Amino acid sequence: MGVKAGSTPRLTTPSDVGRAAGLFLAPALVLIFVFFFLPVLASLVLSVTDFDIYAIASPSSTRFVGLANYTKLFHSPEFWQALRNTFYFAIVGGPLTIAVSLGTALLLNAKLVRFKSFFRTIYFTPFVTTLVAVSIVWRYLYHTRYGVLNYGLAHLGIAPIDWLGNPHWAMPAIILMSVWKNFGYNMLIFIAGLQAIPQDLYDAAEIDGAGPVRRFFAVTLPLLGPTLLFVSVITMIGYFQLFSEPYVMTQGGPLRATTSVVLMMYEEGFRWWRMGYAASIAFVLFIVILIATLIQFRLQKEHA
Amino acid sequence: MSRTNPRLVVVEGASTGGYGGLDSARTRRRLTQIVLYALLIIGALIALMPMLWMLSASFMPTGEASTYPPHFIPSRITFSHYADLFTRLNLGRYLFNSALIAVVVTAVSLVINSLAGYAFAKLRFRGRDRAFRILSLGLVLPVQVAMLPLFLLMKNLHLINTYWGVIIPGMASIFGIFLIRQYALSIPDDMLDAARIDGASELRIYWSVVVPGILPILATLAIWTFLATWNDFMWPLIVLSDEAHYTLPVALANLSGEHVQDTELMMAGSVLTVIPVLSVFLFLQRYYIQGVMAGSVKG
Repeated sequence: MGVKAGSTPRLTTPSDVGRAAGLFLAPALVLIFVFFFLPVLASLVLSVTDFDIYAIASPSSTRFVGLANYTKLFHSPEFWQALRNTFYFAIVGGPLTIAVSLGTALLLNAKLVRFKSFFRTIYFTPFVTTLVAVSIVWRYLYHTRYGVLNYGLAHLGIAPIDWLGNPHWAMPAIILMSVWKNFGYNMLIFIAGLQAIPQDLYDAAEIDGAGPVRRFFAVTLPLLGPTLLFVSVITMIGYFQLFSEPYVMTQGGPLRATTSVVLMMYEEGFRWWRMGYAASIAFVLFIVILIATLIQFRLQKEHA
Repeated sequence: MSRTNPRLVVVEGASTGGYGGLDSARTRRRLTQIVLYALLIIGALIALMPMLWMLSASFMPTGEASTYPPHFIPSRITFSHYADLFTRLNLGRYLFNSALIAVVVTAVSLVINSLAGYAFAKLRFRGRDRAFRILSLGLVLPVQVAMLPLFLLMKNLHLINTYWGVIIPGMASIFGIFLIRQYALSIPDDMLDAARIDGASELRIYWSVVVPGILPILATLAIWTFLATWNDFMWPLIVLSDEAHYTLPVALANLSGEHVQDTELMMAGSVLTVIPVLSVFLFLQRYYIQGVMAGSVKG
């Protein structure tokens, strides 16, 4: 505060500012508390009850069941498969997306390239499109007989692949589409990170005789560390929440090969109305995301 | 791009002296450039191909998108699928629903988030930083965790199957508050104090000093919110069960179950779903892209 209280007649006192702050914050905080934090806490409570379709009509019939939902969950092969599928998607799809993002960011940051903003816009376009719409489009691109993808592969002498009908190919197909859809966002963040690296460092490395590859590993990658952490954390958090792609493209099949944790939660909770059970799935998802985030922060710290 | 690579300067300097190695250096540079452009163009084709095919197939006569070898250009352009969508399949209604929800959420959340973001950045009160830290913790909570109880809450409030059921949870966002606070921190305190000395009320200061100062981030957040709300699928799917209230993505997913064989019709529906967000992005990308890049570096 640059103004001393006594020196000039002040019409606003600190308590006025405090009152204004309260008024300014109230709408946001009330909304976020009632429609987000409270439901999250309620979810924890819900997960130790047998809340189901009958309870929706008469909530008083709900009983406390302790950890029974969690026990049931950990004994359910469907849940372990959903967890495996989700990890498959996040652990293969995440790094792949980040690699493509970094690759395109490096291309667009090259000094020899012009029309940068033109290409940047094109690459970013898939990210802003509607996921449901492009999932439908890709379902046809993946069509075994008429799909453009298999047509292209035929030119390379590769026999048609039943992308979405074969349990081994369905998840790779969803990963491929997700890489296409999402790389543009990370790419922008990488470009910002690359532009923040001082040119002197590259010049010095070059004088020392470092080639482009050496410069990438000695200068770019270490200095991109915080950006890389940010990008991998948000990508991973997003990928653990896989839902719309399998819902639209495969309905979780074939043979549950693309049923993710969130899709299973949706089906248990909103198709079968086993909401207590579904809440335990939601909570496990939260714990998984939390642990994965902490691990990435730890890894980053060890490297720094 | 105003920076010049010292190595290139050296090479060009050498060229005036007629140094023998210059041709090979220039050729190599030229070759690198060609490779870079080739990669960029291939990448651009891959990025655009699915959407170009979608657009092209939406104009094809029924059945033409399901032929082998695939057609890339319609043999004859027809608008019948678009007409079908509007006359028989009620698409105008879904378009209206999506637009209404996205516009209301964007407008309301912009006001609510900017008020809160500004208060966290600039207004001093007890417990401010602690409150903000607690709020930030919410950023790591996946929204799906809240959805089951939120559905029950909405049911008790009789908001299932209403526009409000989708709008209300979107009216305030932790991410939005976070983004605005980061930006508002750079507003000089002197400017606010000067306005206070002039006798301006806090609301007046927000409106005529703060809002103009944070306009760029408001633009970014507005575009971000509009796109996210328009594209959102899971919550609208849960809360809207009556077709009359469906948003486009929900209607499209529903339609694709019934009309899975009508490739061209589904492509026309996809085009109509994507075009509004794509136009918003293309017209306003300057604000959007800069905002994403700036926010990420600071955040």
